[in-house]
Amino acid sequence: MALVDQEHMKEAGYRLSEATPGDFIALLKPRVMSLVVFTAFVGMAMAPATPNPLLALIAIAAIAVGAGASGALNMWYDADIDAVMSRTKGRPVPSGRVTPGEALAFGLVLSALSVGVLGLMANWVAGALLAFTIFFYAVIYTMWLKRSTPQNIVIGGAAGALPPVVGWAAVTGTVSVESLILFLIIFLWTPPHFWALALFKSADYERAGIPMLPNVAGHAATKKQIFIYALLLAASGLLPVWAGFASLAYGAVAAALGVGFVWYSWRVLQMPESDQAMKPAKALFGYSLLYLFVLFTALLADRLAASLGFGFGS
Amino acid sequence: MEQEFVKPTEAQLKARRKRSVAIALALIAFVIVVYVGSLAKFGPALFDRAM
Repeated sequence: MALVDQEHMKEAGYRLSEATPGDFIALLKPRVMSLVVFTAFVGMAMAPATPNPLLALIAIAAIAVGAGASGALNMWYDADIDAVMSRTKGRPVPSGRVTPGEALAFGLVLSALSVGVLGLMANWVAGALLAFTIFFYAVIYTMWLKRSTPQNIVIGGAAGALPPVVGWAAVTGTVSVESLILFLIIFLWTPPHFWALALFKSADYERAGIPMLPNVAGHAATKKQIFIYALLLAASGLLPVWAGFASLAYGAVAAALGVGFVWYSWRVLQMPESDQAMKPAKALFGYSLLYLFVLFTALLADRLAASLGFGFGS
Repeated sequence: MEQEFVKPTEAQLKARRKRSVAIALALIAFVIVVYVGSLAKFGPALFDRAM
């Protein structure tokens, strides 16, 4: 039973929390976290060294917690706009289950712990990169770019593209051309992925006052940008073959996936302005998730085949 | 100073219990990670020191 002063009880901020552990897990954005874990794992697996499996597992966990911490900081800062968007109004902070202060403290503590553990258990290059990733997502993207420019997710996408670089650095202690190619693939994937979503959720973003490209430059300009990025992405998917760290078999898979991405983007480009259902945009959004997952799985399978002596030549 | 007790509701007590268990589990996991991770990182050299 809590003993409190009556004065304190009158303060608007006084409350007894009903937040469950599930609410705090939701603050970590588990779905985003799963993508981060997967891409970071691929970054580690592609690195030209064999880490201690236990330390690799701890490094992956630290990267996952770091990504989750940046999600919590994002939800702390964005609670006002999350509350007016249908996709996000049920999140723990806007729904009142977790206070902004709790989300902030949770995010800061987990940020410090994840960076510290990664630095101590792997190396400080990886630790510093993870700290930079959290800073970039929470401060550069969330606090600055998201509300001020339609290029928000283009520049901010760097944060989401860094996990394979962190994973690679956790094993090698360096940043290399190979890990930067993995970064580039996710960096170029991010704009068409989010702009496809922004097209069919533009009313939501309008209501929240977020300057997403469809709201600022219009749907026609967004569709053109999506198509341009799709072409760049399809080409970048082949870079691992060019750089010599993936085989031609991977190249064939990447080419097929890239053609698919360009095809879905072409359908979005052809989508009439009057189309309210926006099925092509929804299809592209779904395909983009599949694209990244299959492409990185292909890289992983390629590396596994090579290490087992089933290389297909590069 | 006038004081009074606040009686938490059943839902608040239940949520607090769950949070306490989660914090305990997270702390135990953290200790294990640091202990096992240290062993894996330094290996037998961890025990090779002057008494």
